[in-house]
Amino acid sequence: MCSGGTLSILRSDSYVDLSQYRDQHFRGTRYDQERLLRKSCTLYVGNLSFYTTEEQIHELFGKSGDIKKIIMGLDKVKKTACGFCFVEYYARGDAENAMRYINGTRLDDRIIRTDWDAGFKEGRQYGRGRSGGQVRDEYRQDYDAGRGGYGKTVQCQ
Amino acid sequence: ILRILCTVARLLPEKLTVYTTLVGLLNARNYNFGGEFVEAMIRQLKECLKVNMYNEAVHLVRFLSDLVNCHVIAAPSMVAMFENFVSVTQEEDVPQVRCDWYIFAFLSSLPWVGKELYEKKDAEMDRLLSQTESYLKRRQKIHVPMLQVWTADKPHPQEEYLDCLWSQIQKLKKDRWQERHILRPYLAFDSILCEALQHNLPPFTPPPHTEDSVYPMPRVIFRMFDYTDDPEGPVMPGSHSVERFVIEENLHCIIKSHWKERKTCAAQLLSYPGNNKIPLNYHIVELAQATEMLYMRLDTMNTTCVDRFINWFSHHLSNFQFRWSWEDWSDCLTQDLEKPKPKFVREVLEKCMRLSYHQRIIDIVPASFSVLSPANPVCIYKYGDENNRSLPGYTVALCLTIAIKNKAGNDEIFSILKDVPNPNQDDDDDEGFTFNPLKIEVFVQTLLHLAAKSFSHSFSALAKFHEVFKTLAESDEGKLHVLRVVYEVWKNHPQMIAVLVDKMIRTQIVDCAAVANWIFSSELAHDFTRFYIWEILHSTIRKMNKHVLKIHKELEDTKARLARQHKRRDSDDDDRSSDREDGPLEEQIERLQEKVESAQSEQKNLFLVIFQRFIMLLTEHLVRCETGGIDVFTPWYKSCIERLQQIFLQHHQIIQQYMVTFENLLFTAELDHHILAVFQQFCALQA
Repeated sequence: MCSGGTLSILRSDSYVDLSQYRDQHFRGTRYDQERLLRKSCTLYVGNLSFYTTEEQIHELFGKSGDIKKIIMGLDKVKKTACGFCFVEYYARGDAENAMRYINGTRLDDRIIRTDWDAGFKEGRQYGRGRSGGQVRDEYRQDYDAGRGGYGKTVQCQ
Repeated sequence: ILRILCTVARLLPEKLTVYTTLVGLLNARNYNFGGEFVEAMIRQLKECLKVNMYNEAVHLVRFLSDLVNCHVIAAPSMVAMFENFVSVTQEEDVPQVRCDWYIFAFLSSLPWVGKELYEKKDAEMDRLLSQTESYLKRRQKIHVPMLQVWTADKPHPQEEYLDCLWSQIQKLKKDRWQERHILRPYLAFDSILCEALQHNLPPFTPPPHTEDSVYPMPRVIFRMFDYTDDPEGPVMPGSHSVERFVIEENLHCIIKSHWKERKTCAAQLLSYPGNNKIPLNYHIVELAQATEMLYMRLDTMNTTCVDRFINWFSHHLSNFQFRWSWEDWSDCLTQDLEKPKPKFVREVLEKCMRLSYHQRIIDIVPASFSVLSPANPVCIYKYGDENNRSLPGYTVALCLTIAIKNKAGNDEIFSILKDVPNPNQDDDDDEGFTFNPLKIEVFVQTLLHLAAKSFSHSFSALAKFHEVFKTLAESDEGKLHVLRVVYEVWKNHPQMIAVLVDKMIRTQIVDCAAVANWIFSSELAHDFTRFYIWEILHSTIRKMNKHVLKIHKELEDTKARLARQHKRRDSDDDDRSSDREDGPLEEQIERLQEKVESAQSEQKNLFLVIFQRFIMLLTEHLVRCETGGIDVFTPWYKSCIERLQQIFLQHHQIIQQYMVTFENLLFTAELDHHILAVFQQFCALQA
């Protein structure tokens, strides 16, 4: 009889648990990063269209609580939106509700993904791909009209 | 095991009979375990009642009563406990909501155990039921209008929750306590269980009422569907059948247990035991049908409920490419735009636009609906129109524009603005902080126009020129005028107005009272019934409330630090620096205490302003109608009175703190009875 069994069902909050992703550019130990992630009020939001506006993000994410700040992700070269952003809430609980109810739903007709972020630092608003956008847009093979069409590598062929 | 079972009894009520059966079997094997368990449950029940956990206490009472069915608890002792519950109705000088809870706990257990108790102790049960009936007849129901979703009784009356439950129990009794929905696993184990020795519940005295007791508020039962709504599926249990009560309870419990896990919750709801015998899938999954029904009943729907419908529906559409059969709703096009149906569609389209963009909305609605489409959210810059060249301040606006584009700072802005004449020349006040509406107009219009590109641009502008804003908006009139200009510039973009107002409160350019006064001002009268206005007002109230809580927490934390310091000193036994060490912390506590009091005073004042303005507006309308001999109940009036109710309901805990002030200053007997009724309904919720 596992005493964790039944009671853990009651406490289960899987949408709020940390994902496998860890920022490789994070300055500090894994432990530090995870500690920050567990108390963070900031979410990374991915798979946005390049055309999704701050206003749209504010409307959707504002449903789970008051937003402190939105920082749009930018192409490092072009300085235009490149399909991700950070949403910071005033209260951790509001961020948790976004993870529970907004993650995996649609914004601008695209399923978006949210994940905990250790906290915005200057420079993190830029894509880390070689062409200036996000890494995922460097190598992907498919055509995505909302994200500049084909992946950069494909485009250069 | 005992601990787990107690927790499960409290937190998994939808699986109640599974666990009572388990306890029954354990008791049959081990009499002592059964005794210990019952004692632990009683202790838990007492604890819950002491700390105002009434919902969980109901689950415990139901669990105990089902243990009678499992031969763990002797029926007569359960009846005795219920006798003590019902006798609470005889207590004097206690809130009605206290008696309500004990009656509810008794009645709501009967679907599970009514049969058994009636078989063993019919005379006592009859007595209890008749005492219950006479209590229900004499209790007040002033609160009901405030809680009903619809103001009409057709097609489904929305009953007060205890009245509904009483009808259901009466029907159950008439059916000789035959209840068909609840799954009773213990029936399968009857041969084992009937051999078990039963325990007697110890005599249970309900804990007395204290000042800290906070009982659950009464409810109105939400009814939307009846048996005619799914003619092809299994029959929907009638509204007074006890099965209806049990199903609704279980569905509520499932949602409460699994709200954090949306996939699990959905799975649990869809796999609800017995779902093939009731039209469950139809009513949970048939969103289009439900939407249609709600739309049809908009005319009598409570404004707050319409808000939620708007929010839900627009959010839903945004996940399904905004596909909807709008033509089905073309009846709303022939109605006055202020009527509930066209208003609903307008607000939905506005919300849809916020989640997408203007052209998208134009594209998704039929041409006939264009009259309900939202405005293109562009900014209106009065000094950008060449035709306005002759407006006072036009040249200063141009000057400002160039300066700001050239990265001017606050000082340069001040010096440019110095030359702006003051149309209120005669109203100079002595301190020199003259309220100059023209300065505010020119500066705010120009800045907001330059920063119009996005929220972030506007926020940066507010931050960069914070000093100018603070100075121009120093006085109350200044604050009000800033808000007016923001509205003039962004009236096509309510979302922008909302985020700007939020930022201005947080950076203390305006205060909450100024926002409240602005919302009730004549300039906004045209938008008074629009959803975004109330989003702004409630957001403002919430900010005020959070502010008070934050300072309060700081105070408590500092007090705790001082207490810890004392404790350390006591254990160290070192007197030398005691007084000196306390000094800074004690000073801090004094300062924080003052801060808390001042914040609470500001909070109380905010509600006073809001209530006062409501009273003025409503009184004006009532007087005008009476002298004109026209019907009071216009769409505007319904909206306004329900917005007043909404203030009470959404912020009830805070308002309770200041009730005496509100009662003495505002909600006095001289007030028109239409308005006073709202206050009385609110008081009835905790009376």
